[in-house]
Amino acid sequence: MSDAARYQVLDRAPTQWRDRLLRWETILLIVLSAVIVFNTLQSPYFLDLYNLSDTTQNFSEKAIVALGMALLILVREIDLSVAAIVALASLAIGFAARAGLAPAGLFAVGILVGLACGAFNGFLVTAFGLPSIVVTIGTMSLYRGIAHVALGDQAITGYPSPYTDLAQNFLIDWPPIYLAFVIFIALALCFGAVLHLTAWGRALYAIGNNPVAARFSGIRVDRIRFVLFAITGALAGLAGALLTARIGSTRPNIALGWELEIVTMVVLGGVSIAGGAGTVPGVVLAVFVLGLTTFGMTLLNVPGIVINVILGCLLIAAIAAPIVLRRAGAMRPRRGRRS
Amino acid sequence: MTRLVRRYGREILLALILVGLVLAVGARAPVFLTPGSLNGVLTDTAILAMMALAQMVVILTRGIDLSVAANLALSGMVVALLSEQAPQLPVIATILIATAVGAWLGFLNGALVAFVGIPSIVVTLGTLAIYRGLVFVVSGGRWISSDKMAPNFLSFPHETLLGVSTLVWIAALVAVAMALFLGRTRTGRGLYAVGGNPVAARYCGIDLDRQQLLVFTLSGAVSGLCGYLWVARFGIAYTEIALGHELSVIAACVIGGVSIGGGIGTVTGTLLGALFLGVIVNALPVINVSPFWQMAISGAVILAAVVINARAEKRRGKLILPEARREAAGALS
Repeated sequence: MSDAARYQVLDRAPTQWRDRLLRWETILLIVLSAVIVFNTLQSPYFLDLYNLSDTTQNFSEKAIVALGMALLILVREIDLSVAAIVALASLAIGFAARAGLAPAGLFAVGILVGLACGAFNGFLVTAFGLPSIVVTIGTMSLYRGIAHVALGDQAITGYPSPYTDLAQNFLIDWPPIYLAFVIFIALALCFGAVLHLTAWGRALYAIGNNPVAARFSGIRVDRIRFVLFAITGALAGLAGALLTARIGSTRPNIALGWELEIVTMVVLGGVSIAGGAGTVPGVVLAVFVLGLTTFGMTLLNVPGIVINVILGCLLIAAIAAPIVLRRAGAMRPRRGRRS
Repeated sequence: MTRLVRRYGREILLALILVGLVLAVGARAPVFLTPGSLNGVLTDTAILAMMALAQMVVILTRGIDLSVAANLALSGMVVALLSEQAPQLPVIATILIATAVGAWLGFLNGALVAFVGIPSIVVTLGTLAIYRGLVFVVSGGRWISSDKMAPNFLSFPHETLLGVSTLVWIAALVAVAMALFLGRTRTGRGLYAVGGNPVAARYCGIDLDRQQLLVFTLSGAVSGLCGYLWVARFGIAYTEIALGHELSVIAACVIGGVSIGGGIGTVTGTLLGALFLGVIVNALPVINVSPFWQMAISGAVILAAVVINARAEKRRGKLILPEARREAAGALS
């Protein structure tokens, strides 16, 4: 448990160059530049607009959910059921498609199912005062279990092409951009603006740093928690709609293991798992670092599971480096309050 | 008698529910109550029970170890490859090697948590990916099937003593050792102290770093042991074995009444939690329910268990706001 992250509330950005250099976003930007330079030198196919555009398809859906997850982790909560919500939303979309709904209706179904699942998580956490990690391990099993019960070992396929085209074809031909990526960027801007420019966003930091003090200062802590769970659920539903359209089928094991990949994005983005620290730009940068590292290594024919090893090392190294550096700094004659 | 109920109330309740569940299944399908069938349930649950006990020790100190299933797969693969290369290796050596490999992987987790100071959920999220990937690296992505493993390597978990399989005996041994460690040693009591109040524990002179190293190494060692047992029992080793099993392990702890906020949890409760999941898995096919229901049912059971446990955990005392109560129940730390 890092006390520093939990109790330090700064009014303005730190001014010392040393601190600024050690800011998470700066580190991520350096890592991202290194990834781009390295991969460009390694493969001539890396800096190809169409290749880069295609690679956004591999992370945009997860990145959309990561935005909601970032806010949850910021207020000391977590939602491990997001991947299961994707599966359940995809299932509902499958049934709706069989009933002949239009593409817009299918998206609405996905988002509404996600919203309902997220609201149920939020209800359990806030109404009973339960730790969210345990609740969402339970609902993860429940939601994906429902998908298993409904589908067995079958799959839903044959989605109408107006729906699948939305995710499989470019939204605009030049520059080539997919719908999921546009939605991710738009949502990132919204989330960044709300978190960093509004009182509601400041309230999230207050809750993350000290929920009890936040409650005493008049912030409706439980209502905000509930809303964040609902939002994250809705985002997972949206991701489910995009994913179903992209791969054109629904299986019970769709999006398996995504919850941990999404948490990795958020944590690498500098959101403190103890709550109260983190930014949206950081998360966006982490999404790109992870996405482009994966893409670069795929070009070098590194097997996917070996890429995971490297990403795991990257996660630990990125979290460890600033801690080690700060500790080395604290050894010098500055205010040396180590805990 | 009342003291007994007050102290072990949760375990007694859970045991009664478990017995009720077994009898209810037995009423619909009497075959479930035969010794052979119940023995099968125990054998099926042994690995989960051991891993849940190790996980409990980590959770007691407010940590979490998500890398256990990946550790199991890696340790299991290492001994499977070893058995392929050196079939004459005695079983006891295999067990020691698997446990040592697992303990080393767990020690790495512990070192990152204790010395670098990264939250355990982040460390083990990273090592989960790393260890799982290393299974692929060491095996080259191959499947090691039973025909490549030595006969004594394969037969050990299936051997029986007094009609009960070795797997169950080992699990019982681990459980007894764990109960003695947690209840009868200074270090073991210290784990509860740290989970209950880390600051106070430090003032009492408990070395938190050493303790972190210990619990993660222990968790790793048990995962490694289970790695051998898993591979030998199912007669196959490949990259994806026990994928996602870490969540079942945590679920068993939660059902068993282990508080994710640390400091609360018993060996008996955790064993019952693991058995509960084991009974559900084994009972469904017997009463002709599609196995696809298993996941949804265990999800519902987990949720019911957390709600019941949280009510039991609520401390008495003057609490000004619901927030304070929530804090007392222990949020994610």
